[in-house]
Amino acid sequence: MANVLIRNVRKAFGSTEVLHGVNVEIEDGEFVILVGPSGCGKSTLLRMIAGLENITAGDIAIGGRVVNDVAPKERDIAMVFQNYALYPHMTVRDNMAFSLSLAKVPKATIDQQVQRAAQILGLTQYLNRYPRQLSGGQRQRVAMGRAIVRNPQVFLFDEPLSNLDAKLRVAMRAEIKELHQRLETTTVYVTHDQIEAMTMADKIVVMNSGNVEQIGAPLDLYDRPANLFVAGFIGSPAMNFLSGKVEGGAFKAEGGTSLPLPQTSNGSDGKPAVYGVRPEHFQLNPSGLPAIVHVVEPTGSETQVVAEFAGASVICAFRERISAKPGETIRIAPDPALVHLFDAATGQRAA
Amino acid sequence: MGTTTADVGLQRLTFTRQPDSALTRLFNYKPFLVFLCMLPTIGLLIVFLTYPLGLGLWLSMTDATIGQPGEYIGLENFIYLMEDPIFWMSVTNTIFYTTVATVGKFALGLWLALLLNHHIPFKAFIRAIVLLPWIVPTVLSSIAWWWIYSPQFSIISFVVVDVLHLRDTYINFLGTPWPARWSLIVANIWRGIPFVAITLLAGLQTISPSLYEAALLDGASGWQKFRRITVPLLMPILAVALTLSVLFTFSDFQLVYAITRGGPFNTTHLMATLAFQRAIPGAQLGEGAAIAVSMIPFLIGATLLCFFGVGRRKWQQGEAND
Repeated sequence: MANVLIRNVRKAFGSTEVLHGVNVEIEDGEFVILVGPSGCGKSTLLRMIAGLENITAGDIAIGGRVVNDVAPKERDIAMVFQNYALYPHMTVRDNMAFSLSLAKVPKATIDQQVQRAAQILGLTQYLNRYPRQLSGGQRQRVAMGRAIVRNPQVFLFDEPLSNLDAKLRVAMRAEIKELHQRLETTTVYVTHDQIEAMTMADKIVVMNSGNVEQIGAPLDLYDRPANLFVAGFIGSPAMNFLSGKVEGGAFKAEGGTSLPLPQTSNGSDGKPAVYGVRPEHFQLNPSGLPAIVHVVEPTGSETQVVAEFAGASVICAFRERISAKPGETIRIAPDPALVHLFDAATGQRAA
Repeated sequence: MGTTTADVGLQRLTFTRQPDSALTRLFNYKPFLVFLCMLPTIGLLIVFLTYPLGLGLWLSMTDATIGQPGEYIGLENFIYLMEDPIFWMSVTNTIFYTTVATVGKFALGLWLALLLNHHIPFKAFIRAIVLLPWIVPTVLSSIAWWWIYSPQFSIISFVVVDVLHLRDTYINFLGTPWPARWSLIVANIWRGIPFVAITLLAGLQTISPSLYEAALLDGASGWQKFRRITVPLLMPILAVALTLSVLFTFSDFQLVYAITRGGPFNTTHLMATLAFQRAIPGAQLGEGAAIAVSMIPFLIGATLLCFFGVGRRKWQQGEAND
């Protein structure tokens, strides 16, 4: 097991730079998720750690050793691909044993390692099958088994769950997390799904167009997003944003509505600002502000309401059941301790 | 408004389906439909394949000559051929020619396909050039080769003798048996490479690049990637290409007939050229047909060998749990 250091890493394809100096520190045994929208460079960064893409500038070090010029097979990493990349002409057993047999490991050791991996992943009865005889989830597990048998210092996952259906994805999510808890191998995991990132990671790296927007524990990102991008990306349904400005210790929305600010606010008066409230931080409050209901979506555990509030369309999620019909007015108030304030010009957090 | 809706509803209720006519029922009957759809193919196969084949088989058992229908003589033609050294030489020639040319075509074709599967400059242009030998009519390219092998005007001889001064005399490519056989094989390989290269290139492009990346991370060297990933995954398409290539080469006629006409002294005859030689210029239709018919078992054997030897792979077969 090892830590991974990414220092000032840049990547350019021809004259197009896709990573603009990325710094990430990954501790030994940590489960780190790189998350961001398509094209943000997260997969490229993972492939650079794996050695499938070369590094234009900067350093990547695994276990204290700079690996910029180290061949992929010497890096002691294992990768799970999005499409699994199982060898179709090999049985599950041979797929898992391939790397060890190339390394000329004794047959008995290979068998033992394959058996161990198969047991961990519940694949023992499928060892003689070919990949095409397996279901999506089983193939996913074989791909992980192939990584496990090598006992690598670092696991790399490239959007491993995106080819699975929604239900299986939830099950595999738990399985991967449990696997990590059991093996305690440093893991770098790429996904575009912020729920995956929130539920699995020890540490999330939010990336956007080749830059790191914020690094932190899942709940830190949720509670204190550093900027508008992270605020809008983490959390589902997404945070509501209202634009306006700070005036006399309160927020004045564009429509003129005055909204409460947290005590710690240091937003200076008169500057354009963005007020962020998560859907779940709106509360039904008889003395709150009016909101005109557009759509009511009960999900059972909560009720989501799309409403017009302070001159903008917002989504609220209430624990309570709402009997309001579209067109009716309800009174709601944001929890002042849980609202966020961003500088409209820079997008950075003000409070 | 309301009444109209009610009327429509009423009409629907009273509507009864007309029973299907006999013709409709016939066309809905699946076995009939299957037969009907297969009829054109069956017709074509019977008229253009089974009938000539049957005629050839019949002809091989007659003593027909040009201008004479001939009579049934049983297996006499075949018995005569068994004792004909020229026939046996054509058989060994054909087997030798097919084996060596196929190995050459596949070695060079695979090499070319692997090369074209990489990012190289002017790829499309090179690919077009590679196809050229296949596009040019065989007779035309045969004449070109005949010229290359000519005892007086050969470009090879010119380069070797007059430019490089490696030899004193011009090479006699087609005048003696073995040089003539090798010359034909080289020409056949040249002509067969495009088919193999393009087919195998298509096969290579179906192999997902992520498999090579996975193999790279698994620690495979270039040769190991080729040996353990490329070759097994290429096998199915290789089998098809091999089968077709063996069939084409085994029954080759144009190239040999245009370059050597079977000479010198019948030593480069293939079964196909000998059959033609005996049947048309030699006027012995029955004997020529017998030679052609004796190619059939070889062709079937070669096809089965190619198809079952390298073609079918367990990992390709369906979802069956075994």
